[in-house]
Amino acid sequence: MEWLFAAPALPLDEAGKYVAGAYVVFVVLLVVYVAIMAAKLQRIERDLREVAAIAEDRKAEQREEVSA
Amino acid sequence: MYGKGLRPLSIATVAMIALSLSLVFFYAPLDADQGFIQKIFYIHVPLAMVALVGFIVGGVFAIAHLRTDNRKWDAYSYVSIHISVIFGVAVLITGAIWAKASWGHWWVWDEPTLVSFLIVFLLYATYYPFRYAIEDRDRQARYASVFAVTAGAFVPLNFMAVRMAQSLVHPRTFATADGGLPGEMMLTFLCSLAAIALLWTTLVKFELTAKSASGQVKRLRRALDAPASGGSSRIAPEVS
Repeated sequence: MEWLFAAPALPLDEAGKYVAGAYVVFVVLLVVYVAIMAAKLQRIERDLREVAAIAEDRKAEQREEVSA
Repeated sequence: MYGKGLRPLSIATVAMIALSLSLVFFYAPLDADQGFIQKIFYIHVPLAMVALVGFIVGGVFAIAHLRTDNRKWDAYSYVSIHISVIFGVAVLITGAIWAKASWGHWWVWDEPTLVSFLIVFLLYATYYPFRYAIEDRDRQARYASVFAVTAGAFVPLNFMAVRMAQSLVHPRTFATADGGLPGEMMLTFLCSLAAIALLWTTLVKFELTAKSASGQVKRLRRALDAPASGGSSRIAPEVS
């Protein structure tokens, strides 16, 4: 285990890529989550449009029945 | 009305994340021992803390569900655990990146902090197949709540056991000896913690709002006797 205690601080040019990597991972995860949520919202919107169309059709049918 | 207050909460989250990133890279001093890689801690540690607290919060909501039999609390519990698992993935990846930079290894199996977090993460990873395995929605919600309470109680016990295990190499953010974090670092860390906690709250609210909207559409379909379009989740609880 001595190698763990003896690990020196990395120079800035080498440490930078690790720090950037960690923060990029966080941002990527966030973006993936937002993309999945966007897909879900699109599905909800499509469902809502379908339901609205069904409701409008029913209303039109009722009106036709009344006029007939 | 899950979406109420979502906009100001989102704005506060974005502002807090921007502030904490500015503090991390332009205000907090470089660590004398770790150098620049210590900056990873400002994201890794808050994510870990918020994820673990999120698991406990999921357990508390599950208790509320078991006591009241109100499905709303099951949805809260599910979403809390769901977002915490996502944060858990980020904790494991950012931790592995730091370990590689600092220790030269992506993972160290004899370090209690790492292994215990992995155990907690894997425990909660089984939450989804556990829910999915039960068809009946009432039983599913009840069993999932029992799981969330049991696993939620395991989280602080696990944390305390690790603290008592006298870690060999994993650094302690709030050291009890030799002063702990200096002022600038502590301020930056607390801002990062607040930003991540706000992000967790916003995502939970966002997810609940989406589930609520989806539940309302399903109610509308049932009211109109219209067939479902399919593709709905069997795992996720419905919110109306």
